[in-house]
Amino acid sequence: MNLLTKMFVTLVTLFITLPALAQSAESEGRSDLNLRTGVTDISSQVYDLHMLMFMVCVGIAVVVFGVMFVSMYLHRKSRGVKPANFHESVKVEIAWTVVPFIILILMAFPAAKTLIAMEDTSEADMTVLVTGSQWKWHYKYMDSDVEFYSSLATQQEQIKNKFAKGENYLLEVDRPLVVPTGQKIRFLITSDDVIHSWWVPDFAIKKDANPGFINEAWTNVNEPGVYRGQCAELCGKDHGFMPIVVVAKTPEEYKEWKAEKIAAIETAKAEEARLLAMNMSMDELMVSGKKVYLAKCAACHMPNGEGLPGVFPAIKGSALALNDRPGHIDILLNGRTGTAMQAFSKQLTLSEIAAVITYQRNAWGNNTGDIVQASEVHTYANGK
Amino acid sequence: MSTATDTIHHDEHDDHHHHIPKGIKRWLFTTNHKDIGSLYLWFSFIMFLTGGAMAMVIRAELFQPGLQIVDPNFFNQMTTVHGLIMVFGAVMPAFTGLANWLIPMMIGAPDMALPRMNNWSFWILPFAFLILLSSLFLEGGGPAFGWTFYAPLSTTYSSDSTALFVFSVHIMGISSIMGAINVIVTIWNMRAPGMTWMKMPMFVWTWLITAFLLIAVMPVLAGVVTMVLTDKYFGTSFFNAAGGGDPVMFQHIFWFFGHPEVYIMILPAFGIISHIIPTFARKPLFGYASMVYATASIALLSFIVWAHHMFTTGMPVAAEMFFMFATMLISVPTGVKVFNWVATMWRGSMTFEIPMLFAIAFVVLFTIGGLSGLMLAITPVDFQYHDTYFVVAHFHYVLVTGAVFSIMAAAYYWLPKWTGVMYDNTLAKWHFWASLVSVNVLFFPMHFVGLAGMPRRIPDYALQFADFNKWISIGGFAFGLSQLIFLALLIKACRKQGEPASDQVWDGAEGLEWEIPSPAPYHTFETPPVIK
Repeated sequence: MNLLTKMFVTLVTLFITLPALAQSAESEGRSDLNLRTGVTDISSQVYDLHMLMFMVCVGIAVVVFGVMFVSMYLHRKSRGVKPANFHESVKVEIAWTVVPFIILILMAFPAAKTLIAMEDTSEADMTVLVTGSQWKWHYKYMDSDVEFYSSLATQQEQIKNKFAKGENYLLEVDRPLVVPTGQKIRFLITSDDVIHSWWVPDFAIKKDANPGFINEAWTNVNEPGVYRGQCAELCGKDHGFMPIVVVAKTPEEYKEWKAEKIAAIETAKAEEARLLAMNMSMDELMVSGKKVYLAKCAACHMPNGEGLPGVFPAIKGSALALNDRPGHIDILLNGRTGTAMQAFSKQLTLSEIAAVITYQRNAWGNNTGDIVQASEVHTYANGK
Repeated sequence: MSTATDTIHHDEHDDHHHHIPKGIKRWLFTTNHKDIGSLYLWFSFIMFLTGGAMAMVIRAELFQPGLQIVDPNFFNQMTTVHGLIMVFGAVMPAFTGLANWLIPMMIGAPDMALPRMNNWSFWILPFAFLILLSSLFLEGGGPAFGWTFYAPLSTTYSSDSTALFVFSVHIMGISSIMGAINVIVTIWNMRAPGMTWMKMPMFVWTWLITAFLLIAVMPVLAGVVTMVLTDKYFGTSFFNAAGGGDPVMFQHIFWFFGHPEVYIMILPAFGIISHIIPTFARKPLFGYASMVYATASIALLSFIVWAHHMFTTGMPVAAEMFFMFATMLISVPTGVKVFNWVATMWRGSMTFEIPMLFAIAFVVLFTIGGLSGLMLAITPVDFQYHDTYFVVAHFHYVLVTGAVFSIMAAAYYWLPKWTGVMYDNTLAKWHFWASLVSVNVLFFPMHFVGLAGMPRRIPDYALQFADFNKWISIGGFAFGLSQLIFLALLIKACRKQGEPASDQVWDGAEGLEWEIPSPAPYHTFETPPVIK
């Protein structure tokens, strides 16, 4: 019996101290116990709503469990209590149906108000198209040519426990989404393959990326900073490894960044044209091909080219890689519909595609000796 | 009540009381509700340990950040099959087993109405799970798309074992539907004279309503897995936008099954608790009629809340609001139930035997799960909670400390009636306290990591979640090990080692099942008792 009493005391204390715990964690700027307040007006409304709901629930729990524990203490047989025999009371039963109903109605108002505000994507200052694919994000600024893929930047060695893990382990990307502060940004969210979900807790945005359909969300970031999130819908093997990083810059800094980005696109085009005219050596192709392979292909086809039997096909020893050269170029450029194989024509440059094909045709005992140059890929792509 | 018929009894004696067959044939060919009940219960316990072993693999991988033990593809198979096994293999068959044992004894019927179908509905189950488990050993592995098998991850992007997954779900569905038909026919036709609807024990009431839910939604599940099958193998495009379909439609169909399914797993638990609390409070159940109406309202509401699992899919704001309000409404009848249990305890004369301890733990912990469910109903905040460990915490509170604890409470409560001996009280105390503490170490911190932003179904996580995950894993291992105490206790009880139990077993127990001898004879109520 003593143990029982202790247990109840512990439970009750836990419930009473939880909000306090949550508050103190928040004031220290930590977020490992509670929801974040975030950096938008909406996200702080959501936080307030969360705390309101939480307090209401704690209140209900304290009352219900309180009555129950008091009863368990007072109305024990060991205290010689004789049982009463009542088993209904219309008044009480009506009361505990109506009172919760009224509490619910009171909670529904602020919830509905916030919800309507969250779903109002009208009058946006700018629009970004967010596209999920296995296992990376693609961002396209609808007002310019700026678009890029954003994938996990954490090294495999950290994941495999060979290197020490960095501060932002699994929450860092090679190219973050950059947005300006103080502007209403509309996100159009979709997917190229399975369902993903774009989640940035600090903006209180979580919206599914559905293949073939476009969802909308919006934010207006108050403070410059780096905000991290993750894919929230199971999307296959590397679901846990497709983080989201958004960098919010002041409008001036954002403008600078955008101009640099546009300039970089021009440079890249010129570089692509230069490389197209060049013939690379086998060694050069193998070195850059391996880099591309590990970044883009190894998640499914594995670093050793053997794939995952029954799920992802092997490249090592495959007919495509050994014999069918045009087929090999085709599958890289256009992907294969009805499978997880993506089209890489927009994800990689022509020279990267050439390098990775060369690598696949010569690595792991695929010793075809084939050298594929960017120009060949270019010819194939335009010949179609 | 049941002794006035002894003379008639004698004449029929030789016809009815065949010798009980021995060995494997007894169990293979049995049409006896008690045998089939035991088969269901043992099967579900084996599945509980199997699904639990998979949870241990998950928790071992998540013990610390980084990939240590399994690769992500196998991790996904573990989360998927763990969910499928626990839902369809452990919780549902356990309730069917309890229904088999208890419903005929509670309503004064000699057996279930359709005993041969009863045999079949059990014996196809082991094959369903054999198929599901064997798919783990195929090239490419078993299902890895979550127990909710969202398309197109389960169609275009799944491994070839999907066909086996679909087939095994079909068999589970057939088994459940047959079980449900049997329950309805039995309750409808075979109640003892004088047992009117509003005199039926709560467990019978809750199971009757559950059986209707099962018949309503299991065909929907069968439909949706068939669409997955044809999308994957026969070129249809139900869930493929390129062919005119819609992946979100999958979720609508699935959750139209899935939400009532959640109540299928909790309504019988409500029934069990409504038996145990009055017994040990030595006071009749408070608000019997409102309990019945509350159960029925929960069942009806369960059909109009399914899209609260889908708030992030991009529904129109009006639909989001409808499903938010409908979901909030469910807390009213659920609250009525909890208040009724507390009122039953109030001014009773309580003792705290093991079934009562489990029942009290149920009321407290299930309510915690219910309250986090109320938080999840609020759409704007659900955007933050959705698909995080907060959700994992929520549904494990209602399913483990809810459904599973109620099943354990039931096992302790009726075990002496089934076996004729009291369970080993020392082992039982160890089992209860070890489970209670470890289950909270396991699931409570999940609320925190979820709120802090850890998504569910990930094999590896950011460093700020590391401390809590370590504790969660330790709680998980402890909870898993605690169940071995239960196994030892059950084996002991089934071998009839223990103090002989009286017919009434608990001094506050009421109901027909306590009027027959302990252990319950192979055949009971061959002539119906008369209910006053």
